[in-house]
Amino acid sequence: MKKLIITLVTAFILTPTLAMANSGAHLEHADNDLTDKASLQRGFKGFIDNCLGCHELKYQRYNRTFKDLEISNDDGLANWMYTGEKVGDHITNTMPKKQAAKWFGTAPPDLTLEARLRSPDWIYTYLRSFYVDSERPFGVNNKVFKDVGMPHVLQNLQGIRTIDEHGNLGSATGGSMTEEEYDSFVRDLTNFLEYTAEPSKLERESMGYWVLGYLFILFIFSYFLKKEFWKDVH
Amino acid sequence: MSNVPVDNGRRRFLTAATSVVGGVGVVGWAVPFIGSWNPSERAKAAGAPVEVNVGKIEKGQMIRAEWRGKPVYIVRRTEKMLAELKLADVTDQLRDPNSEEAQQPSYATNFNRSIKAELWVGLGVCTHLGCAPTYEKDTMGERVKALDNGFFCPCHGSTYDLSGRVFQGVPAPLNLMVPEHSYISGDRIIIGVGPDASGGKA
Amino acid sequence: MLANLMAWIDKRLPVTDAWNKHLAQYPAPKNFNFWYIFGSLAILVLVNQLLTGIWLTMDYNPSGEGAFASIEYIMRDVDYGWLLRYMHSTGASAFFVVIYMHMFRGLMYGSYQKPRELLWLFGMLIFLALMAEAFMGYLLPWGNMSYWGAQVIISLFGAIPVIGDDLTLWIRGDYVISGATLNRFFALHVAAIPLVLVILVFFHILALHEVGSNNPEGTDIKKPKGSIPEEEQSKFKFHKNYTDKYDIVDAIPFHPYYSVKDIMYVVAFIFIFCWVMFFHPDGGGYFMEAPNFEPANGLKTPPHIAPVWYFGPFYTILRIIPSKGIGAIGMFAAIIVLFLLPWFDRGVVKSLKSRSKLHTFNLIQFAISFIVLGVLGTKAPSPMNNMIGIIAAFGYFGFFVALWFYSKNEKTKPVPERVSG
Repeated sequence: MKKLIITLVTAFILTPTLAMANSGAHLEHADNDLTDKASLQRGFKGFIDNCLGCHELKYQRYNRTFKDLEISNDDGLANWMYTGEKVGDHITNTMPKKQAAKWFGTAPPDLTLEARLRSPDWIYTYLRSFYVDSERPFGVNNKVFKDVGMPHVLQNLQGIRTIDEHGNLGSATGGSMTEEEYDSFVRDLTNFLEYTAEPSKLERESMGYWVLGYLFILFIFSYFLKKEFWKDVH
Repeated sequence: MSNVPVDNGRRRFLTAATSVVGGVGVVGWAVPFIGSWNPSERAKAAGAPVEVNVGKIEKGQMIRAEWRGKPVYIVRRTEKMLAELKLADVTDQLRDPNSEEAQQPSYATNFNRSIKAELWVGLGVCTHLGCAPTYEKDTMGERVKALDNGFFCPCHGSTYDLSGRVFQGVPAPLNLMVPEHSYISGDRIIIGVGPDASGGKA
Repeated sequence: MLANLMAWIDKRLPVTDAWNKHLAQYPAPKNFNFWYIFGSLAILVLVNQLLTGIWLTMDYNPSGEGAFASIEYIMRDVDYGWLLRYMHSTGASAFFVVIYMHMFRGLMYGSYQKPRELLWLFGMLIFLALMAEAFMGYLLPWGNMSYWGAQVIISLFGAIPVIGDDLTLWIRGDYVISGATLNRFFALHVAAIPLVLVILVFFHILALHEVGSNNPEGTDIKKPKGSIPEEEQSKFKFHKNYTDKYDIVDAIPFHPYYSVKDIMYVVAFIFIFCWVMFFHPDGGGYFMEAPNFEPANGLKTPPHIAPVWYFGPFYTILRIIPSKGIGAIGMFAAIIVLFLLPWFDRGVVKSLKSRSKLHTFNLIQFAISFIVLGVLGTKAPSPMNNMIGIIAAFGYFGFFVALWFYSKNEKTKPVPERVSG
């Protein structure tokens, strides 16, 4: 009987661990921090300046973002909203989807949930993994997203990397940022996208501690209650 | 009913204590179920403050705006209309001539029930059962003696003067509601935000 | 005052009598162990699913255009919407954890044997309804995995000769899975199947209380009337429905003894549940699969379509058989043999504590086979995985075949006359 239980428990624990191991290409750890509001704000700015032209966050509202990122509505309206009219609007753009599909081969996807679709580490690695490939329409390819339709929008910041015959990426040259600056820029962007993928994540976790704490106390009471009643049973 | 052979204090205490602690949990558990019925962010965004240009309203004219799905009446009252509000014959017949009931924000708790005397902003929702009263310009005399202008609710015949004050002897119990509103500039008002609030009660 | 009210009601509806018969004076064997909590937990999870489900329905939009966005609306715009949704999605997986444990308890202690065959059949019907409920519910978020998972399963019906293709078309109500499919699945998921589930659960419990609860030793606590001296009978008061027909030994009233015990376990269960829900709501990608975070797209198949983990064992059996028709038959057979378990087992001894070493071994290999099949179901197919899958499938079906053979003349220990401890 004991053995049986141990087998079952081990199987339940091992299953997810085994499956998590096979995730394909090697991804760099993003190491972002959702509690870092300054980083989230920089990521938000980075998104507006570089991504929003093509990619929407159509499930995410400006005012929710302002609130969670500790930006006042007035400041947001004045300095953070280049699209949308009211603070309650979703973060969208006016790019015509059908034409965009013609330009890029596929319409630029909505990015609200990208961090849950692919993982923050994937976004972080992806944005650092463009390299020169003259065979592609925009002259670049990506190591984690082969034959991606998107041009290297951040090339003026990062510069451009080359790839050798073993598939190793060289260092970037010709960008306005140093490697550290660029990594930090991409980390902020990743951080922001992890936030938009689940805006309630921090609230969820902090609520979780309270609930577990409460249940622990309730368990103590129910344990002694059970013990007391079962004194009758012999 | 119970089978319990022993009935000691410890048992009663533990039962009560577990029930109380468990009851707290049930209340906590109910919070998301109750909370989810509050207006959502979508509803709040749709009910966000509305800006209205009032510069083009002629004297004596009324326009309708929409805020939170309700009609908002905006009337530019003439000198004569304002004078009518003060007639003793009229005010004697009002239920609440001094606007003592909280049917308006504090900054509109005055004789005209408005921020600027000539421009009245109020909800076109009869306080009886929610119908939209009609604007009776120069035709109110048929309904209320000595009064030329006012509002008349076609559903059950409630009557109001041009400040939205309700008359006695009609079904409606209260004056028409004056919503939070304020002036952005001389010609633009925003409905849903008071003059002193920065963000307003959106 | 209150007593008068109760008397008034009792004359018209036997509330107090039902309370006594099924709870306060229901004789439950005193030796229930850990494995016996899963019945109560299943009811708890059912209630959770019903309530959170009703609440999600209030904000969900069952249409091809609006379903995905309405889930994000619930996750972001509705107060506590994210919590209600996670309670429901975590609850779905918890339901199957609890039900699988509950079924395994039945296997270990022979709770399906005579006279509990009908009880087992009701349980299996609940399991079947639950699988249909979960399958249809998984389409509702209208993510890409919802779409392709449903595509794969509905295509299974195409394996039926002659009518297969027309049948799949009829189930979908369209040439592909579309808003029409979503709408009928929604109706079945939120109204029809829950109703069936609740009715089946009612009969499951009614059947249980008619024959009485089994226990880990397989000893009958109801002895023939008059066979047990007064002082050896259970000292507790039981409902006359039971004591008129039997002498009851080694039993305690369900309430308060098992109610306080179950409350303790329920709190522990909710603790684990909340830990998963608040800190790992997507269950490591098993409760919520990553491709479901992009909307359904009939032109873009996710790289690796896997059903949700709880369908894994049956999906693997489907996949390892290199023929669509036979594969589907194999999958349905895997469920049918479970229905027939009371007749595969020709033994009279219930609990594995009194049964042969061979039976214990058979049961362990069955559990391992089931888990292996489940793990494989979530993985991409490969020659190696198929090989392991075939072995495990043999283990799965072999359990029933072997049981049929050895149970007739199994060498068993005598069942204890009385419950120990």
